[in-house]
Amino acid sequence: MSSLPLDINYKYCKACGICYDLCPKKAVSGDDQGKIVLRNPQLCVKCGICESHCPDYVIFLRR
Amino acid sequence: MRPELQKLFRMEKLPHIWCPGCGHGIITRAIGEAIAESDINLDKTVIVSGIGCSSRAPGYMNFDTLHTLHGRALAFATGVKLANPELNVFVITGDGDATAIGGNHFIHAARRNIDLNVILFNNNIYGMTGGQYSPLTPTGKMASTSPYGNPENNFDIPALAIAAGASYVARGTAFHDKLLIECIKEGIKNKGFSLIEAMSMCPTSYGRRNKMGNAADMLNDLKRIAVNINVAKKLPPEKLEGKFLIGKLHHKPYPEFTQEYDKLILKLQKGAE
Repeated sequence: MSSLPLDINYKYCKACGICYDLCPKKAVSGDDQGKIVLRNPQLCVKCGICESHCPDYVIFLRR
Repeated sequence: MRPELQKLFRMEKLPHIWCPGCGHGIITRAIGEAIAESDINLDKTVIVSGIGCSSRAPGYMNFDTLHTLHGRALAFATGVKLANPELNVFVITGDGDATAIGGNHFIHAARRNIDLNVILFNNNIYGMTGGQYSPLTPTGKMASTSPYGNPENNFDIPALAIAAGASYVARGTAFHDKLLIECIKEGIKNKGFSLIEAMSMCPTSYGRRNKMGNAADMLNDLKRIAVNINVAKKLPPEKLEGKFLIGKLHHKPYPEFTQEYDKLILKLQKGAE
C-alpha cells in the first residue's frame, strides 16, 4: 500500500470534488457519493495540486 | 496533511466545521505553511480572531489563540501586541468581521502601523449567519438580504488599507496558494501593519445563490479573474475590466507603533530622572 502516491484520509472527505476537478491527469476521481478515490495511481505525476487545494486536509502526497 | 505541518494544527479538532468546498481550509493551511517556512518562535506566536466562519480557523491551529468579540479581533490584537511587543501576533478575520462591524478598528490599526499580520478571508458574504450581504459583496450579487441583487458598492480592501496607512498590503486567493504563502511570509517579515487579503469561496451561501456552480467551479473562477500585478503592469486597462490584482500590492515600511511607544516611554523616564 505504501507504494501509492497519495495517502488519503477518507474519514475527513466531504465530497466537494475540488481534487478530481483540478487533477491534470485524472488520477483521482469521485465515488458514487462524490468522495475521493485514487482510481488510477499510475497516472499520478505528484504535482501536489490536490494536496494543496484540499480544504479538508484529506490528501498527503508521498514525495 | 504533511507530518511537518501537523504540529501546527490541533489534529484532534479535525475534521473542521466548514462546509464542503469552503476555501477557508485551503487558506488556513497556507497560513500554517507560511508560519512553518518562516523562522519565528512558535511559543511566541499568538493568533487572534473575531466571529464568523473565518474566525473558526485559530481553533484548529496549535498556538496561543484568542477567539474574541465580533469585529474586535484587531482591538484585542492591539492590546496583546502593546502588552508584549516581542510576540508575533496574527489576526484572522473575515470580510464582515473586519470591514463592517470592525471597520473602525481596521482603519485605525492600519493608521497606527502596529506590527500585526492580518489575514482577511474574503468570501464575499456572511456565511455563518445565513448569507447576508457584507461590505465586500460585489454590486448586483444575490444574498439572503438582497434577493434582487446587492445595490451597494463594495470596498476595495487593499486600497482602503493603503489609504489608511498599512505598510504592507498583498492579496492572494485560495487557488493561488503558493503566492498566498509567499505574501504571508513577506507580511511576517514586515515590521508594521501587514494586510493580506485572501480571496476565498463560499459555495454554500454565496455560490448557490449566484449560480456559480460547485466548489471547483468557484475555485477556477478565482483563477480566471485574478491577475498577478506583475502581469497587469504590461496589460492595457480594458483587459483588466472585471478582474482583480493579486500579489504584493504595496510595501512602504515606516516607523512601527510599539517601537515608537517604547521610545516615548524611555524618553519620559529619562526626563523624570
